[in-house]
Amino acid sequence: MSTASTVSDLVSQPYKYGFVSDIETEKIDKGLSEDVVRLISAKKNEPAFLLEFRLRAFRQWLKMEEPDWSTVSHPVIDYQSIIYYASPKQRDKKASLDEVDPKLLETFDKLGIPLSEQKRLSNVAVDAVFDSVSIATTYREKLAEHGVVFCSISEAVKDHPELIERYLGSVVPANDNYFTALNSAVFSDGSFVFIPKGVECPMELSTYFRINSEDTGQFERTLIVAEEGASVSYLEGCTAPMFDTNQLHAAVVELVTLDDATIKYSTVQNWYAGDENGKGGIYNFVTKRGQCRGDRSKISWTQVETGSAITWKYPSCVLLGADSVGEFYSVALTNNRQQADTGTKMIHVGPRSRSTIVSKGISAGHSSNSYRGLVQIGPKAVGAKNYSQCDSMLIGDQAAANTYPYIRSQQPDASVEHEASTCRISADQLFYLQSRGIGFEAAVSMMVSGFCRDVFNQLPMEFAAEADKLLALKLEGSVG
Amino acid sequence: MPPKRWPFSLFLPRFPVISPDADLLLEIVDLHARVEDQPILKGVNLTIRAGEIHAVMGRNGSGKSTLSKVLAGHPSYTVTAGSVRYRGQDLLELDPEQRARIGLFLGFQYPIEIPGVSNLEFLRVATNARRSELAKEDLDPFAFEDLVRERLEVVQMNPSFLERSVNEGFSGGEKKRNEILQMALLEPVVAILDETDSGLDIDALRIVAGGVNQLATADNATLLITHYQRLLDVITPDYVHVMAAGRILRTGGKELALELEERGYDWVDQELAVLEVA
Repeated sequence: MSTASTVSDLVSQPYKYGFVSDIETEKIDKGLSEDVVRLISAKKNEPAFLLEFRLRAFRQWLKMEEPDWSTVSHPVIDYQSIIYYASPKQRDKKASLDEVDPKLLETFDKLGIPLSEQKRLSNVAVDAVFDSVSIATTYREKLAEHGVVFCSISEAVKDHPELIERYLGSVVPANDNYFTALNSAVFSDGSFVFIPKGVECPMELSTYFRINSEDTGQFERTLIVAEEGASVSYLEGCTAPMFDTNQLHAAVVELVTLDDATIKYSTVQNWYAGDENGKGGIYNFVTKRGQCRGDRSKISWTQVETGSAITWKYPSCVLLGADSVGEFYSVALTNNRQQADTGTKMIHVGPRSRSTIVSKGISAGHSSNSYRGLVQIGPKAVGAKNYSQCDSMLIGDQAAANTYPYIRSQQPDASVEHEASTCRISADQLFYLQSRGIGFEAAVSMMVSGFCRDVFNQLPMEFAAEADKLLALKLEGSVG
Repeated sequence: MPPKRWPFSLFLPRFPVISPDADLLLEIVDLHARVEDQPILKGVNLTIRAGEIHAVMGRNGSGKSTLSKVLAGHPSYTVTAGSVRYRGQDLLELDPEQRARIGLFLGFQYPIEIPGVSNLEFLRVATNARRSELAKEDLDPFAFEDLVRERLEVVQMNPSFLERSVNEGFSGGEKKRNEILQMALLEPVVAILDETDSGLDIDALRIVAGGVNQLATADNATLLITHYQRLLDVITPDYVHVMAAGRILRTGGKELALELEERGYDWVDQELAVLEVA
């Protein structure tokens, strides 16, 4: 028989981004206190309003408790054993890439994200974040010609403090939940995008997050603002080395669209998921939310979640504007001992607001994969419409899939549709494909990518094929 | 006139071959197989040469569909004894996909639906897997589209079926045509068609049979598994084998099928009873 003849063999392939770069890092001591928050702020030379923002968040965090309503379970996290700031040793962000530590560039090369002038992706601008800091942003000048701001959030604090003060925490308040409070207190870096009125961003924007240090938490903060009539497509990618310990990743992403603006936000998340026994891996506790503030504005989330030991995230849309549109397209794949509790919230406030939810969960091994989604129609959302489709695919007989749809409507003239299905890759389907000369692994990945097609079609073209490959890789060794 | 009885054939040499010089494609010798703990095949012998069309007939449960699945390598069946050689090569040690690539084809009685997988892409991947075995270059989507449109004629199939998911929502007849389309693309050396006639109306049966006849050449062979004579009215077999209780009980020419049609399968039971006493 060929190398992987059962689906369970097929899902357990090595994680190819599990290497650690040997880069001198400046870390602060483990633990969290008001002093640590002040230290982070001081290291970044932040204005007073931001320090105040952090301290308020920290004080609120102290009074909060970790949420326990999801299906995920994990050992107690000791927040005092985490390092809250780690930065590769280089004083400031370099003006030119020539001055960036070649080892850093090499790391991103290895991850398939070349940053240097000659090799970088032709139509994608990249902000590369290594541990707690952004090390380079490509194509900044070209974007600036169009008035587009794309830089690290630290630089935005320096160069555009008025925008930061106005929008930071305006979509996701610091005390929204335990992890947002934590993030607001200690966030180190992330990306900032500002598309001015009437501008269609001329290229794809992308941020690539890399956790390198062990025991370091990553708390990035992303803020994207599209003014009236502006549009942008943004993609984030993430990887981390393989460690036996768990790393905490608690990010906050805020999106704002004004009248007629569109933000398309795509994620290909491939954090280290832990080994087959559930040792190691990233705890991914992320809050992502967009506000369609303007009429006819649109926010579209597409996510491909393949990594992390635990995924806890619900990219959401608050549809304030009349005729605003929210979309959520998700593929979540879990294997081995991975746990995912993910979905979305569509909060309809504006009249005739519309939302679409397409969620595809694939569970293999002993993993558990839950869709949790809220569709809420407020009293003023006359003529609001939602369509939700949640499909689960089970691989093997040890995996679990759950769907928790919550629907609340206070508007009689609204329509909410929910469809759900569960399927299993059957031995007969595999045999049928095999009997046509298609190898076992190819047969499985063909069926999985067929299952995910509706979502992959939403990804920017450059990344759709990548996502397909990533899924195939993640599944290698799993069907049984 | 009482129907002519064919000689008792189980332990006798097989029915005289039409062209003894033709290439041996498939040699099944004393094949035993079970599913879980249940023995189904209990010593099947069958030799197929290039240019031949064989029909295996028998009642439900006689083991004829099992034979086809064992030959294709279905994982639910375990071979417990005997051998199968495909052009001199041990077939049983190969994975199902390898068997397909070297030219064995199974047309399914119940073709499987695969939601989300485009029929066109499926056909292309399958065709390229076979082509790579034949050391032919891969067909890109454009070149493949030309080929598939030409082969669609064989089964008079509407091109719109290419855009749909594999067999999903196809009627019984459409599924069977899709099977023959696959056969037309894969150009197998030995094609096993398991109850291809079941669930077909008379027009669909003519189209499917017409496809099979068009694809039969002096270099390949066809093994029809069927319950009824009506398929054999449109595809003329060189040999007819009657299967019962996991063995081939009788072998004859196309007349044997007519005899079965006329007399039913009861006499098979009688012969089987005689055999088991002996």
